[in-house]
Amino acid sequence: MTERERMALHRGLATWGERLVPLADFRRAAAAAGRDLSPEERAAALRAATAVLPDTTPVEGPWSRIAVCGGIYNNHLGLAALLDDAARRGAEAVYCLGDLGGFGPSPEKVWPLLLQGDVRTIQGNYEESLASGREDCNCGYTDPRDNHFAAVSYGYTARHASADFKAWMGRLPMRRRVRVGERELLLVHGSPRRINEFLFASTAPVPFLETLLDRNACDALLCTHTGLHWHRRLPSGRDVVNVGVIGRPANDGTTAVWYALLDARPGGGLAVELVPLAYDHPALAAEMRREGLPEEFVETILTGWWTTCLEILPARERALSRY
Amino acid sequence: MNTLATEQLPTPGTAPGVELRALDTLWFQVAGTVCNLACTHCFVSCSPTNHTHEMLSLAAVERSLAEATALGVREVYFTGGEPFLNPEMEAILAATLKVAPATVLTNGLLLSPERAARLAALAAGSEYSLDLRVSLDGWDAESNDPIRGAGTFDRILAGVRNLAAAGLNPVLTVTDVCREASSDAGKERFFALLRGIGIDRPRLKVLPVFQIGAEAERAGAYESWQRLRAGETPEDGWDHLQCSACRMVTDQGVWVCPILVNEPAARMGSTLADALGPFALDHPACWTCHVYGVSCKT
Ligand code: SF4
Ligand code: SF4
Repeated sequence: MTERERMALHRGLATWGERLVPLADFRRAAAAAGRDLSPEERAAALRAATAVLPDTTPVEGPWSRIAVCGGIYNNHLGLAALLDDAARRGAEAVYCLGDLGGFGPSPEKVWPLLLQGDVRTIQGNYEESLASGREDCNCGYTDPRDNHFAAVSYGYTARHASADFKAWMGRLPMRRRVRVGERELLLVHGSPRRINEFLFASTAPVPFLETLLDRNACDALLCTHTGLHWHRRLPSGRDVVNVGVIGRPANDGTTAVWYALLDARPGGGLAVELVPLAYDHPALAAEMRREGLPEEFVETILTGWWTTCLEILPARERALSRY
Repeated sequence: MNTLATEQLPTPGTAPGVELRALDTLWFQVAGTVCNLACTHCFVSCSPTNHTHEMLSLAAVERSLAEATALGVREVYFTGGEPFLNPEMEAILAATLKVAPATVLTNGLLLSPERAARLAALAAGSEYSLDLRVSLDGWDAESNDPIRGAGTFDRILAGVRNLAAAGLNPVLTVTDVCREASSDAGKERFFALLRGIGIDRPRLKVLPVFQIGAEAERAGAYESWQRLRAGETPEDGWDHLQCSACRMVTDQGVWVCPILVNEPAARMGSTLADALGPFALDHPACWTCHVYGVSCKT
C-alpha cells in the first residue's frame, strides 16, 4: 500500500482488529460492550476502589520531636553529623528510611553508628537486594551509562558489607507507624505501595497523595528513595514529606545533605522542617578516592550536582539539574 | 501504531482476568484516531480519514479528570492520532496540569516555535511535570521516512529543535522496527543525533513492536498458541501489565488500555466508575504485553 492509499483508507470505515468495517458497525459493537452501572453501583465502585487497606504495623511513640533521614549510601560521616545535629536539636528518636549502602565508601562503618545511635531503620530496596543476594539494586535503569554506574555502586557495597550486616538488614521492618503528638505517621522507603516507587514532587499530585493517605489511614506519609527532599501540605491538612537523603547532595549545586525534623504542635498539629546538614564532605571524597570509587561519584560529593542516574528525574526536576 | 492481527476473540471466560489495582495512569485518545500521518506500523491505524474515535473536547476531558482525581490518579497521558490536531489541546493541557503531571505523545510535525514557547510557559507555570514524547523511526531520512512518510525526518527534527530552543527536553520514542535501536550502540547513535541539534541531556525510549498490521504481514501474525490462558497467572500477578493500573478514555467511552481501542470488546463502559472491574486478557496483544513487558508509558 502506498502512503497516499493509507491516508485515504478509512473513508466511512473503521479498523476492527485487522478488518475494515463500516464505521457504524464498529460504533454499534462498541456501544454494546462493557457495562453501564447505576448511580448507586458507581458510588459503590468508587468506594471499593479507594477503601482502606489492612495494615497491622504496630504504632511507636508517642514522641514530641523526631528526626527522620533517608538514604545513607555508606556516608558514615554524614550519619555521624546527623546524629549530633538531631541530638542538639532535641530529637527524642531518630528514624532511617533505608538504602544504607551504595555510592559511598566502606559500607561496614555505618552499622555501629546505627546501633549506637539507636536509629530505628526500615528496609530500602538496597537492603532488600543485599539481604536476598540479588545481583543488582533493583533500580531498573535503561540508560547503559546509568546501569554501569549503578552496577559499580551496588557491586562495591555487596562485596564490602559483612554477611552479619546483610542478615541484620534483612530483619529490618518494611514500614513503621509512629505517633508524633496526635498525628500518626507512616514511614516507608519508596511509597506505601512499592519499595521502589519514586515519589517526586512534580509527579506526586495532590489527588494521588490524598487517596494514598486515605487508603493507608495515616496523617502523614514519610518517604525517601528519590534523593530529593520535598514537603507538601495537602488540602486535607495532612502532610507528605520526602525526607531526602544524607548520602549525597540534592542536585542543587550545594554540598549539604538533607533530613527532616517532625514536631508535635500544641493543638494537635505537626510541624515539618527540612534541614540542610553540613558534614566533612572533603574527607568523604578523599576516602572514596582511596577506595577506588568512580570520579563521577566524587564529583557529586564535591560539587552538589548529580552526574549519574539522572534518568529517574521527571521533566521538572531534570530541568533544574546541571547534567 | 497499527492494526492488531486478530481473528474473532475466543470464548469469554477462558482467559485470565486482570484486576485494576489503582487508577495510576489515565489515557486520553485526545485526537481520536485522526492523524496527519499514516505510518506503516501504527497499531491504531491512524490517518487523516480514520474517524473510528473522534477528538475529545475540553469539557469531556474535564469530566473524566474530575472522576479520575476522586480515584487518586497519578499521571495523565495524551495520544491519538496526533494530539496537536485537537484545537483545544493547549487548553486541555493547562486544565490537566492543575491537577496532575501530563505527557503528550506527538509525531512532532505541529511543534512550531510559537507552540513550543507556549508549551514551555505551561510547563514552567505548573508544579507538575509536562513531558513531550516525539516519535522517530530512524537516524536519517532513509531509515525513518519509509515508515513515517516522505519528508517526515526533517520535519520531526525541526519540531524537536523548536522544543529544545524553548527549553523543553522531549523523550525521543523509537520502536524496534528500527532493528538496532535497542542495542547500546544504536541508542548511542540516537543520543548523538540529539546532541547534534543542541540537546545535551538526550532522552530515549525504545518500544517493542506488536506483531500487528503491516508488521504482521511482514513478520507473520500471531499464532493460536500466542494467547494467555486461565491458570497461567504468574506468581507475582499481573502488576507488570499496564492494564492493572490504567484506563483509556475516548469519545466512544472508557477502554481497558491504549492498545486495544480498535477492539469493541475492550470497551468497559461509559464512565471510569463503570470501568474499575477486572478485564479478561482475551487478546493476542495481551500475550505480547505479558511476554515482552510492554508499557506505553515513558
Ligand atoms: S504519527 Fe503516531 S498516531 Fe500518527 S500514524 Fe504515525 S504512529 Fe500512528
Ligand atoms: S493489550 Fe496489554 S495492556 Fe491491553 S488489556 Fe491486553 S495485556 Fe492489558
